[in-house]
Amino acid sequence: MKVKGIVHKYADNVDTDVIIPARYLTSADPGHLRQHCMEDIDSGFVSRVSEGDIMVAGKNFGCGSSREHAPVAIKASGISLVIAEDFARIFYRNAINVGLPILECPEAAKAIQAGDELEVDFDTGIITDNTRGESWQAKPFPEFIKKIIDAGGLLDYTRRKINNG
Amino acid sequence: MGMTITQKILAQHAGLPEVKACDLIEAKLDWCLGNEVTTPPAIKIFKELGADKVFDKDRVCLVQDHFTPNKDIKSAELCKTMRCFAHEQSVTHFYELGRKEMGIEHVILPDNGIVFPGDSIIGADSHTCTYGAVGCFATGVGSTDLACAMASGSTWFKVPEAVKVILHGKFGEYVTGKDLILHIIGMIGVDGALYKSLEFTGDGVKNIPMTGRLTVCNMAIECGAKNAVFPVDDTALEYISKTNPERYAKGDYKIYTADDDAEYADTIEIDLADVPLTVALPSLPSNTRRADECSDIKIDQVVIGSCTNGRLGDIGTAAELFKGRRVADGVRCIVIPGSQRVYREALDRGWLAVFDDAGCVISTPTCGPCLGGHMGVLAKGERCVSTTNRNFVGRMGDTGSEVILSGVPVACASAIAGHVATPALIGGANEG
Repeated sequence: MKVKGIVHKYADNVDTDVIIPARYLTSADPGHLRQHCMEDIDSGFVSRVSEGDIMVAGKNFGCGSSREHAPVAIKASGISLVIAEDFARIFYRNAINVGLPILECPEAAKAIQAGDELEVDFDTGIITDNTRGESWQAKPFPEFIKKIIDAGGLLDYTRRKINNG
Repeated sequence: MGMTITQKILAQHAGLPEVKACDLIEAKLDWCLGNEVTTPPAIKIFKELGADKVFDKDRVCLVQDHFTPNKDIKSAELCKTMRCFAHEQSVTHFYELGRKEMGIEHVILPDNGIVFPGDSIIGADSHTCTYGAVGCFATGVGSTDLACAMASGSTWFKVPEAVKVILHGKFGEYVTGKDLILHIIGMIGVDGALYKSLEFTGDGVKNIPMTGRLTVCNMAIECGAKNAVFPVDDTALEYISKTNPERYAKGDYKIYTADDDAEYADTIEIDLADVPLTVALPSLPSNTRRADECSDIKIDQVVIGSCTNGRLGDIGTAAELFKGRRVADGVRCIVIPGSQRVYREALDRGWLAVFDDAGCVISTPTCGPCLGGHMGVLAKGERCVSTTNRNFVGRMGDTGSEVILSGVPVACASAIAGHVATPALIGGANEG
């Protein structure tokens, strides 16, 4: 699977409170969450983002609260992929569980700039920056995580496990 | 190769003789936890899974604490969804507000004697790592993980590497576990222990009371750690013997110690005497300073409480410092006992009267202001010294407001002085 989109770039340590502030956590509806995605760090994000766009950030993306509402909000906003130098661990699990594609690639995350056009192949993990004419290889997922992704997320993976057990 | 405490607990719950860092394992869970923000989405997923019953009605803890007492109609609906599910599933550990078992999730699970040494726990709340203070494995997850765990009683983990934190000596006066963990986060950064365990050891451990250990483990997530764990010593045994005498008497727990040849990704050594009264300035918990170097910072509000610092020991320290004193003009101070039991003790010991005389607001147990929910939300330009755990942009209200994290003694002194202050600056506790 390939995605192509324009980059929205953020710095290190983007926390889940700025991705979706707690004042909006009284509903977990994706349609509600998307309206407030990134509101406290980038109030223009929701009006700027287009379907398929790509978010690129520095280190420790998604640190802080365990709220799954954060990857849900990003996914619902139309973002097709988040690339970061690395992810906070609960966000990493949550993103995989809710089916928000993520890739770790420190070199790409540093070089790519806001507004660049990217093409990314999930199968090979190759990230291509069409604006800059550069490409990078993202870190592959561990086999076990791939199994969860291939099963369509943890829900289907667990459903299969319960039915077999 | 030797194993760390965390690795031993995970190996035991995975039914494996040994595990090593980076192994992916399926582990049985002794407890899973959710609150009214994270559980309703988990309930929806639980139903989509086609699950009928939770894996064990006695081992699922559902706690209403974030926006309670319900701040608005939508939060009332969240609690109602969770309450209906708890009743339908006959969940034992679901309590109504005001009952003696009730309070902030990470205060009541240890204090009610639910979590014990050697247990494995996941919670759909990032501060679930608190429980490592009693020598168990506990980590935060999201709603989908909670849903699947409630259905299956197990979950997957990547076995973490560990950072060994060797503690020596004793804290100086008024220095607490909060100062220690802020000090550590300041040293290693907000991703300094990313994906790793923090394992505490050393002759200094015995000098940290359980209140402090719970605070230290609570904020392990703020340096990215998967979990934190303290060794189980006499202090921990005395604590669990009181929180759950029956389970303690049965010996239904397991104490793990790290092997001598366990491998650590990193080792940090700290002399507790060198830990200063510490604050974290906006907007990251790693932005630490000595509290005595920040006394020019004026404040509008102080919050004392939360899953980080709302325990009996914390509220007692606050009462000691507020005795015979008044909150400064222009400052509001909100004291939130972390559980109904802490509230009742504070009432019986006369502490609530001390707070009232000092001009503090006294709240029922809630997470409320910590996450900008209610009971102390900040306006643009306002600044709060808070004993909570995060000072991110907009955490307690407007994105133009500021949160300074501190331990209880600095928070009390700041409320009294009207600016960031240490107890020494206000002359310490009043005698008598």
